[in-house]
Amino acid sequence: MPDATLTNEEIRRYSRHLILPEFGMAAQRQLKQGSVLLIGAGGLGSPLALYLAAAGVGHLGIVDFDTVDESNLQRQIAHGTSTVGVNKALSARRRIADLNPHVEVTVIDEPISSENALALMQPYQVIIDGTDNFPTRYLTNDAAVLLKKPNIYGSIFRFEGQATVFWPDRGGPCYRCLYPEPPPPGLVPSCAEGGVLGVLPGVIGTIQATEAIKILTGIGETLAGRLMLYDALTMRFRELRLRRNPACPVCGDQPSITELIDYQQFCGIVPEPAAASDEITPPAVAAWLTRDDRPFLLDVREANEWEIGHIAGAVRISVNELVNRLNELDSAVEMVVYCRSGVRSGRAVEMLRQAGFRKVQNMAGGILRWSAEVDPSIPQY
Amino acid sequence: MAVTVTIPTALRQYAAGQAAISIASGTIGEVLQGLVDAHPQLGRQLYNEQQQLRSFVNVYVGDEDIRYLQGLATPVPDGETVSIIPAIAGGVVRDA
Repeated sequence: MPDATLTNEEIRRYSRHLILPEFGMAAQRQLKQGSVLLIGAGGLGSPLALYLAAAGVGHLGIVDFDTVDESNLQRQIAHGTSTVGVNKALSARRRIADLNPHVEVTVIDEPISSENALALMQPYQVIIDGTDNFPTRYLTNDAAVLLKKPNIYGSIFRFEGQATVFWPDRGGPCYRCLYPEPPPPGLVPSCAEGGVLGVLPGVIGTIQATEAIKILTGIGETLAGRLMLYDALTMRFRELRLRRNPACPVCGDQPSITELIDYQQFCGIVPEPAAASDEITPPAVAAWLTRDDRPFLLDVREANEWEIGHIAGAVRISVNELVNRLNELDSAVEMVVYCRSGVRSGRAVEMLRQAGFRKVQNMAGGILRWSAEVDPSIPQY
Repeated sequence: MAVTVTIPTALRQYAAGQAAISIASGTIGEVLQGLVDAHPQLGRQLYNEQQQLRSFVNVYVGDEDIRYLQGLATPVPDGETVSIIPAIAGGVVRDA
């Protein structure tokens, strides 16, 4: 634990905190001795890392094994053009080193898993969930409950965000009290299908950072037991009451989950069976399109993605509308289906096969790979 | 007389893009049925094969979860707001 004494230089740096009557030297010293584990250094993790570092939290752990991509920079403000291709946790540490050299940053460049989660979280006072997928959310929740640590939750979708504090050890609910089970894959649209307004994670991440600072310093009233909802389009904040579920499998009176489980399996994510015969590469599609027996080309993305760029001659039916528009397709004709990266089109191919379409193939890697290997004039996004 | 049901962004594509829909008042079960009658595509999102509310879809009358009221029998008074809050993974864009 770092020395709680503030140096003269730190007193100058944090003076706007120190002259706050409700804050003062005592709270600032608690921040200096405080430690926070950020799970994810993306949209939510970026403002979290920057504000917590600027505020003077002594020790930040940052878990992220992903690397910075150009398309992250629209919202992931901890990173920059100079760190494209760099590990996100490392990129955030570089930025923090300039922002506040008094903060110790531990980079954890590996995926959080059932095997390492408890050991990773143990050294930290506060856990912050800035992840983008259900398996990691349930893993983070269960590990935080087992360790009796506060878990500050935030989630975003398009123009909407949610935030709360899960801390059953202090009487509040946990994530499983709110949602006992995750949606099956494919039923709820993913962020990639929906996109996200760049400033949205800034608003939600900053709410999470506020809660972390309050918990570390013991001031104010936390969001525990309240779900904050934010709608950027109508600019409305709302609050719903959350209650601890006495029958909750992890934080209830008689918990059935007392150690970490397999969260991929829990969320219904099974390794894809190799279905090579269902797939065709973009160069093979390009060659096929020049022949007389050219296939019907189906684009299953959304209209706004089509506007960014599409393959000439394709017909667009969103994967979400496909089930209601099967009558527009001819099962007798050879068909190639594509989307952005091949995930949604894979789902569409499966749906079409179940509906009796036999001559249907997925274009592997989607329009991204088409752009890389066939036609670079199509933008990648 | 009617109540207002707010539709979350993730489900608006199944409700003709609307953010809020006015439905005749009654129990919350009747209000949700009225919603599905008006927008049948919402049915699969809200209910499982056994016609039970899906466990990742929470329904609130005012600011209270119906699980802690009277479930689907919870009355919704005129002018009250019903919120449907599905689980969202959120965060950053990665696949698809």
